[in-house]
Amino acid sequence: MLLLVEQILNGLQFGLLLFLLAAGLTLVFGIMDLVNLAHGSLYMMGAYFAATFVAWTGSFVLGAVLALAATLLLGMVLEFTTLRHLYGRDHLDHVLATFGLILFFNEAVRLIWGPAGLALPLPPWLSVPVQILPGIYYPAYRLAIIVVALLVALLLYLGVMRTRIGMLIRAGASNREMIGALGINIKLLYTLVFGLGAALAGLAGLMQAPILTVQIGMGENILILAFVVIVIGGIGSIRGAFLAAIFVGLIDTLGRAFLPNLLRQVLSSASASTAAPALSSMLIYLLMAMVLVVRPEGLFPANRR
Amino acid sequence: MKSVRNVRGVVSALLVAGLVLLPLYSHLSGNVFVLTMFTRIVIMALAAASLNLIMGYGGMMSFGHAAYLGIGGYAVGMLAQEGIGSGFIQFPVALAASAVFALVIGALSLRTRGVYFIMITLAFAQMAYYVASGLARYGGDDGLTINTRSDFAGLVNLSNRVQFYYLCLVCLLLVLVLIWRIVNSRFGLVVQGLRSNEQRMQAIGFPATRYRLVCFVIAGTMCGLAGALLANNTDFVSPAVMYWTRSGDLMVMVILGGMGTLFGPVLGAVVYLVLEELLSRVTEYWAIIMGPLLLMIVLFGRGGIMGLLGRFSRG
Amino acid sequence: MRFAFWLAGAAALAWANSAVAGDTIKIGFVSTFSGPTAVIGNDMRNSFELALDHLGRKMAGKPVEVIYEDDQQKPDVGKQKTEKLVQSDKVDFIAGYIWSNVLLASLKTAVDSQTILISANAGPSQLAGELCSPYVFSTSWQNDQTPAAMGLYMNQKGVKSVFLIGPNYAAGKDMLAGVKSTFKGEIKGEEYTVWPSQLDFSAELSKARASGAESIFVFYPGAAGVQFLNQYAQSGLKQQMPLYTAFTIDELSLPLQKDNAIGVPGAQEWVNDLPGEQNKRFVEDYRKKYPGLRPTYYGAQAYDAAQLINSAVVAVGGDTSKKDAMKAEMEKADFKSLRGSFRYGNNHIPVQNFYLQDVVKDASGDLSLKTVATIVKDDQDRFHDKCPMK
Repeated sequence: MLLLVEQILNGLQFGLLLFLLAAGLTLVFGIMDLVNLAHGSLYMMGAYFAATFVAWTGSFVLGAVLALAATLLLGMVLEFTTLRHLYGRDHLDHVLATFGLILFFNEAVRLIWGPAGLALPLPPWLSVPVQILPGIYYPAYRLAIIVVALLVALLLYLGVMRTRIGMLIRAGASNREMIGALGINIKLLYTLVFGLGAALAGLAGLMQAPILTVQIGMGENILILAFVVIVIGGIGSIRGAFLAAIFVGLIDTLGRAFLPNLLRQVLSSASASTAAPALSSMLIYLLMAMVLVVRPEGLFPANRR
Repeated sequence: MKSVRNVRGVVSALLVAGLVLLPLYSHLSGNVFVLTMFTRIVIMALAAASLNLIMGYGGMMSFGHAAYLGIGGYAVGMLAQEGIGSGFIQFPVALAASAVFALVIGALSLRTRGVYFIMITLAFAQMAYYVASGLARYGGDDGLTINTRSDFAGLVNLSNRVQFYYLCLVCLLLVLVLIWRIVNSRFGLVVQGLRSNEQRMQAIGFPATRYRLVCFVIAGTMCGLAGALLANNTDFVSPAVMYWTRSGDLMVMVILGGMGTLFGPVLGAVVYLVLEELLSRVTEYWAIIMGPLLLMIVLFGRGGIMGLLGRFSRG
Repeated sequence: MRFAFWLAGAAALAWANSAVAGDTIKIGFVSTFSGPTAVIGNDMRNSFELALDHLGRKMAGKPVEVIYEDDQQKPDVGKQKTEKLVQSDKVDFIAGYIWSNVLLASLKTAVDSQTILISANAGPSQLAGELCSPYVFSTSWQNDQTPAAMGLYMNQKGVKSVFLIGPNYAAGKDMLAGVKSTFKGEIKGEEYTVWPSQLDFSAELSKARASGAESIFVFYPGAAGVQFLNQYAQSGLKQQMPLYTAFTIDELSLPLQKDNAIGVPGAQEWVNDLPGEQNKRFVEDYRKKYPGLRPTYYGAQAYDAAQLINSAVVAVGGDTSKKDAMKAEMEKADFKSLRGSFRYGNNHIPVQNFYLQDVVKDASGDLSLKTVATIVKDDQDRFHDKCPMK
């Protein structure tokens, strides 16, 4: 019972992290029609910045805030100098160019911070277990991740649905040419949107850092999952990304936790443990393939043409 | 004034000549490593050429092409592990498995377009990756060592480096000839037409999906051949060969060399892999040069190297 | 066209350099120099270099050249690098190999080319058994030996049951099997995690708690060890289920594990405070040459590898073409190992003692590893019967 509750919470937490990553990706894709493989690199930079700033300032919260600001800035600079030249081009050009950016970022990080990766330790007040239900304990930090991510999701939702800029963003996702025709400063909007996406990615990166890792190439594995999420959810749709991310997070975590035991009925322990994570990863891709076959534009596509 | 074809033709001819004469250079200089390295390059060129068929000529951007390298490789590896060492069984199985896989995922994926097609092909390739890493009997993530190379009963000795190299080169050239014939045939013209303007082709009455599917299956089978050869070359197969970043590498080779040209992928594979090897000897941080290089090519060098060569010769 | 010429020129230049002269002793060293486990590779490289310094950078009067290659912790990359070292650089010896799966993938290349390979860490069971080769030597151990020693210690302590957790690759499987081979109590559970990507152990810790076992045994080298110990401490299990380890706490992970590691025992064939002049000198000189760092058993094993190679080269007077003579000399293990002398079994795996190590905090608050007791003497791995060599 404890295991189930704990794993559901873990799945929720992972899903929310995925959402943060996917939100930026889907916005950029929906509005600027840009396939950005280097989004995972921004996720990595968020983690590296956080580890550096936290060590520098000695405060976890301050370091995190600084890291967010740094990633936002980095994103905007990246868009301004390099990525805006890719708008309007073939998706394949985007893939190739941002693939090149991945290589560049990985090596730059290696040059600056060395090959070994960094550690981001938790402050003591976050390292304790919290009793969420009688007899059921859950680490405080993971709860914090869930809370923060939900808050950000809420803010994002309100921002996109209730503000003027949000309206422009939604309009841009539906019909890009129109907002240009309306006389809005498109370039500035694009830069801001990209910066926002980068900050969200950086937030995801820095939040998972104390639990998992800060290392070179950490963005590649999770990037693929983020793409799966936005494809399932529908490109350009934040709501779609949210639902799809939670779903994917839950399937992945629950699969890894419970499949080995199921498989152990028929296979040896080591074989079951080899097959189980493979199977649960496959489930996610299978899900995406099924969604695409049935609804080729995803579950909640923003483009309604 | 030279015509476009001349420069490209000269370079292509030099390339083929160089590849044919390589073992001679290796023998004379005593440098065995260059032979092993170029065997791998020739195999990857074969894989890139097969990707070019669907990407360059057919306009289908498949991000899961490396899966066939794995399927072909595991066919050889798994059969070898079970005691079936004959190449006459292993290779046909590799080709058949690749064809079936391509048929299935092609039928499902070709209902989608654009980035969705990219994603769904990627998804299927990742599924293949995960299936391979879930097979404890065949090593899982640790990979599978292949103790004896495919046995062709005296016809070709794969353990002999020079013979094996020529086998790979012959396969590459045959595949290129096949691609040339396909592209210039009525079938190939239809596929290229579909890339340019699908609606028009369908209006004329060509069943788009069927043509694309056939093309897709042919390309997958060719890549499966590359996979079987690769497994023999490295005496090893692991899921890593199918990971999505490897498909990315293949795409880079095709684009770098010049998408939609016959020798483009070969040139792309040679340049990409040689550059990677040279740069990694010069500096540990070679990727920091490679990254921006790719960026430059996309932004400025349309059409890859073949495209550049084409422009050089225009007066 | 210019591009093609430049390429050809650079290629010619690069390959001209690989022409080999026979006046240096060439050693290839394959280890991990990128990613989070690069710290291990660096420790091995540092120690290897220190050994060469102690040897005056010469063996039998000939200068030594070492080529370090990064396997990126991946079997296919390690194999590629091994191939390059053997075929292109034509090394006389090849050493290193942290990871069992990388070693297994690279084995065929080395053995087929008849290059002498020294594993300075990885000890897969297959290597000690059916895949043993006259060309392969180990200066470490066979994977099962160390956890088997821990199993013996747990018996001595009267532990009744255990829950096993380890990573799902060649070495992880060996480690858990090793504990099972000696531990007399009940195995309440056995969990394998995805390697090397899985660093979140909350599910496994929950299962351990639910199993009702008295204790937990883990094997998590490198960064995973840091993560596991931290999560173990965070889960509050430390009081209920004491932890027993192999290869999870070392001088590299200890600064990150900090107080979480106190009171967690491990088994090892080398600890920094083992008696012996060579060992003292090794530890002291290492700390002098690399301020702020301490050597680990990985480093000690790499140091021994250099000494083993030296003994072989000296025995043939520098003529590395005399492979049979070198192999014969190496089989005698006639060199001063840092752990005290050991001998080789028929499968070229050391027959050696295993010690209990623990983490202690001294008066100034510094954490270090100390030898507490000898668990077993002259232990030989249990696969040597499967090796066809005599």
